[in-house]
Amino acid sequence: MDDRVQQAAVSLVEGRTLRCRGAWTMPDVAPVERALRRMTWPARSALVFEASGIEAFDTGGAVVLYRALMEARRQGCEVSIQGLRPDYAQLMSLVSSHWAAMVAEVAPRQNGSERFRASIRNRVAQGAGALEFLGESATALVRLVASPRRLRWRSCLNSLRLDGVHALPITGLLTFLIGVVIAYQGAEQLRKFGTNIFIVDLVGISLLREIAPLIAAILIAGRSGSAYAAQIGTMKVTEELDALQTFGLSPIELLVLPRVLALVVALPLLTAYADVLGVFGGMLIASNQLNVSFTAFLSRFEEAVALRHMLIGLGKAPFFAVIIALVGCYQGFQIRGGVDDVGRHTTISVVQSIFLVIIFDAICSILLNWWNL
Amino acid sequence: MHELPPTLAAVAQVGVPVIEVSHVSTRFGTAVVHRDVSLTVVRGEVFAIAGGNGCGKSTLLREIIGLLAPTTGTIRLLGTDSRQLTQSNGSPLQRRFGVMFQHGALFSSMTLAENVAVPLREHTPLSAEAIRDIVALKIALVGLPPDSAIKFPSELSGGMRRRAALARAIVMDPELLFLDEPTAGLDPMIAAGFDDLVLELKRLLGLTIVMVTHDLDSLWRIADRVAVLGEGQVLGLGTMDALARSDDPVIRSYFHGPRGRAAHLNHSGMGLQRD
Repeated sequence: MDDRVQQAAVSLVEGRTLRCRGAWTMPDVAPVERALRRMTWPARSALVFEASGIEAFDTGGAVVLYRALMEARRQGCEVSIQGLRPDYAQLMSLVSSHWAAMVAEVAPRQNGSERFRASIRNRVAQGAGALEFLGESATALVRLVASPRRLRWRSCLNSLRLDGVHALPITGLLTFLIGVVIAYQGAEQLRKFGTNIFIVDLVGISLLREIAPLIAAILIAGRSGSAYAAQIGTMKVTEELDALQTFGLSPIELLVLPRVLALVVALPLLTAYADVLGVFGGMLIASNQLNVSFTAFLSRFEEAVALRHMLIGLGKAPFFAVIIALVGCYQGFQIRGGVDDVGRHTTISVVQSIFLVIIFDAICSILLNWWNL
Repeated sequence: MHELPPTLAAVAQVGVPVIEVSHVSTRFGTAVVHRDVSLTVVRGEVFAIAGGNGCGKSTLLREIIGLLAPTTGTIRLLGTDSRQLTQSNGSPLQRRFGVMFQHGALFSSMTLAENVAVPLREHTPLSAEAIRDIVALKIALVGLPPDSAIKFPSELSGGMRRRAALARAIVMDPELLFLDEPTAGLDPMIAAGFDDLVLELKRLLGLTIVMVTHDLDSLWRIADRVAVLGEGQVLGLGTMDALARSDDPVIRSYFHGPRGRAAHLNHSGMGLQRD
């Protein structure tokens, strides 16, 4: 509203007349609304709402005026409205005709214990759903092994390109930097004891066996696992999954298996690539900080770092890949519609897959330690 | 003179233009959507923009409400160049019109009541109680039951979502209401009910309504004037009766196809019953 219209105002005159003035429109009616709510109505008397001073009125103003009217009546006043322009009175009758619906008590959705029980049921159903998904994927895999021609080469190769080839730069850069960091930290300690050459053992074993596979897996979980969840979830929201099923095509076979297989191939390759760049990073620092030349580094590498460390690291990668791909796809299928659901399940997919990857890695470490590997 | 409130203004200022689209052309890359489109919407009318799929109806609507800037030409909305809406957020102009999007565009993380309350929360200093009352009134006005207020959009049926979107569009008592395909995808009974609801709200709140539609029944029932877009231009503009008599081949095929004739018969039949 512009300034040609007076500000909305309200005042109680002589305890019997409520004088209303100005523009009773949103948002300018706010101060009046506050004043009316704080107002103490004269008990059990006849009260007149003098409304001829109202210069502009909308449903917001009508709601505020009507609530004041009802409140005064509730406190035992005889209230009448005077001077309200006919078209404004129409708005008032609009409010009064819908008043019952407006103040209708709406039962809250659920109380505490119901919500608790629902969340337990939900958890159980989710666990069952995850098992079912795992089973379906396994049977689809068996069918695929029985007739390999069913494999969707195209989407496999596409996934290999998007999730493998396109991840090379970032994976390489990160593990290179991790190699640099490990070598730097080790260099400080090793120099104190004059055992510079052990930098090779430090960098080689830790990177090949643990760090490179983990870094690659975490990166892929963030990069590809989340993408799987979002892609499949969006397909679900847009009913593309339903369309697939009406053609007799299994979404698991079409969407999940190619992604799982692609990651099972891509992640070990990425890990090997990460091994090379990580060790290279350590090698640079070794020659720079510890005077261990490249040739000395490499000849020591052959003696000190047994092949099994690399094989263990590479051997874990396919399992990581299965975890990441299955969790991502499963969370995608869990999306029920709605924009925030897509975001929520994408987040869950990343957190869950990283969690499971680290759990799996820890179990591997314990078992391999028992077997003295 | 005091500025008149919307309801009175609607009566007093019939013929005052609220939207002036002049010589608007729109190109996306090499695709030409509009070529020199001009039209005027006056206060208090129900103005419909009709035309086949892909004729640029929705694009024109998006340009009028400032979501998109036309390539050339100007659009004045309530006396202000709508380019200002494109450039700045939170213009006071934005509080004077409401938009109901084609698929409702309800925020899926909020309940219906929270959805309807968004403009009030953001643009007014009203207390939570007053906001709750106004929201409840608007929900009741569009004919939704009180217990739907705590439901999320995903729990509502298509027709209810449309009504909820309408409640959100009118929550600030706008002077202008834009409806994008309000009845698309609704069954005939619900669509007719929605048409009635729009007319009822127009009467109660003194709205000027601009709607994009190709629902011929809606056009006959509630549109005061209709602009038919085609080939990037305004092919015809006038009342439905005038357009139905037009010689333009595109307009003829649009209004005199089997569905167009059925809608017309339907409409004149109802007219007879009313007499």
